[in-house]
Amino acid sequence: MNTKVEIAGVTFKNPVMTASGTFGSGMEYGEFVDLNKLGAVVTKGVANVPWPGNPTPRVAEVYGGMLNAIGLQNPGIDVFIKRDIPFLKQYDTKIIVNVCGKTVDDYLEVVEMLADEPVDMLEINVSCPNVKEGAIAFGQKADSLYDITSKIKKKAKQPIIMKLSPNVTDIAEMAKAAEAAGSDALSMINTITGMKIDIYRKKFVLANKTGGLSGPAIKPVAVRMVYQASHAVKIPVIGMGGIASAEDAIEFILAGASAVAVGAMNFVNPYTTVEVVEGIEEYMRNNSVTDINELIGAVE
Amino acid sequence: MVTNMAQKKKVITTVVSQAEISENIYDLWLETDLSQDAKPGQFVALYPSNAATLLPRPISICEVDKNKGWLRLVYRVAGQGTREFSTYHSGDKAAVLGVLGNGFPLEKAEGKRVFIMGGGIGIPPMLQLAKELDADKMIIAGYRNADLFLKEELSENGKLYIATEDGSVGSRGNVMDAIRENDLQADVIMACGPMPMLRAIKQYAAENKIEAYISLEERMACGVGACLGCVCKTKEVDHHSHVNNARICTDGPVFEANEVEI
Repeated sequence: MNTKVEIAGVTFKNPVMTASGTFGSGMEYGEFVDLNKLGAVVTKGVANVPWPGNPTPRVAEVYGGMLNAIGLQNPGIDVFIKRDIPFLKQYDTKIIVNVCGKTVDDYLEVVEMLADEPVDMLEINVSCPNVKEGAIAFGQKADSLYDITSKIKKKAKQPIIMKLSPNVTDIAEMAKAAEAAGSDALSMINTITGMKIDIYRKKFVLANKTGGLSGPAIKPVAVRMVYQASHAVKIPVIGMGGIASAEDAIEFILAGASAVAVGAMNFVNPYTTVEVVEGIEEYMRNNSVTDINELIGAVE
Repeated sequence: MVTNMAQKKKVITTVVSQAEISENIYDLWLETDLSQDAKPGQFVALYPSNAATLLPRPISICEVDKNKGWLRLVYRVAGQGTREFSTYHSGDKAAVLGVLGNGFPLEKAEGKRVFIMGGGIGIPPMLQLAKELDADKMIIAGYRNADLFLKEELSENGKLYIATEDGSVGSRGNVMDAIRENDLQADVIMACGPMPMLRAIKQYAAENKIEAYISLEERMACGVGACLGCVCKTKEVDHHSHVNNARICTDGPVFEANEVEI
């Protein structure tokens, strides 16, 4: 039975990753799961300098999901290189670093600093809905996505994954723009912009007013977008959005995802990632699937 | 900063008993081996079974019975999740993540004159603290009215002073009024309660040059330090965030009052 998948020349032992921002750099969840069992750890977004993030409250629960407006708090690339990469190198898993910035130059600075680091891929976050400048500004228009993607691709030593926003009219158009600009892969979906109001206090629940919706509530939207994007481009797509079980993961793979990531459900069940890995193997055994690659995009 | 050395885990616990001990306040005993590692001021997170309410609810540990392997949680019904917990009966199962957070640094207060201060639903965690702390304990509890939950047990573990908002029992007002009215003095303060109370304590401690340890709360998602949802501003750049943001779930919930900006 083969569970290995290949994305842009990088081989993953299985298609299960962590969604950026839900797993830190693996230290906290290393207490619950064996990181060696994961296809990859995708780290929390890191910028060229430390970012303080948004005021609290930063999280709120909604029906079947949650809103977050963390605002990409991160310690900056210097600390990340000294602390997080050596931690992850202790494990037999691939390392994908999520990169964020306010300007194109911010992104390029991080990408250049990571050039000689032992990381396998870079995921470029142009889709965080919770910061005012940069980030999503690059991810909602096809021409600006093309522009930043091509600039990053020129500087990056590792293959790049553009992480796309669902907050667009036509996901296929965005996927094509990233592919045309040289992106090696795509990941989707980032969170969907949402809002929650406390009707007794007549106030916004989040200090940021809006936040990104994640969790099982967004899964059908994510599956649809993975299907549309993966049929519009030739590069691999990593699918995410509310994955709680192996069944959910298989659904994304059938829709066209070459790999999947577990996000908000880590908070609900800290063992989700490994349970998805084991559940995929069980599904393959029970359904006589010898190679996971047979399932990618196999929906009829 | 105190760190929690015991391994965190998500376990299925069994409800031993539950009772409503005050209006909307419930007293829940759980049988779980998490009890063996629990310290005063730490918390656990309970998962509602309804899949529409996904996130675990952080609840402070009120009391621990290591011999029986029991953990006591006294909580207020504040929404859908806690409303579900309030329906649990003896023998029911409850999924719990724990043990979380750092807890109160008992060693800072041993043998000294200590104010153990709780306000409202911040009173429950002060019970286990009062039980374990070997010191000259003045327990100051602030209630809304004469509905004095946990009063008997608190008074068995220190000299109890009460403040009520409606003035029906003890000092009229809040815990600070009880300190002034009884002319109390301490070397160390340990406290849990609403933010205005904690701000008043922080100011009082600074003016009187005494150490104060306060337990904070904030909306949480993961409870284990990964999501960065529940941060508070800190005076110094902390070792984890490098941006003056400590994680209440992991670096706290107990902080030295002058370390945090509240």
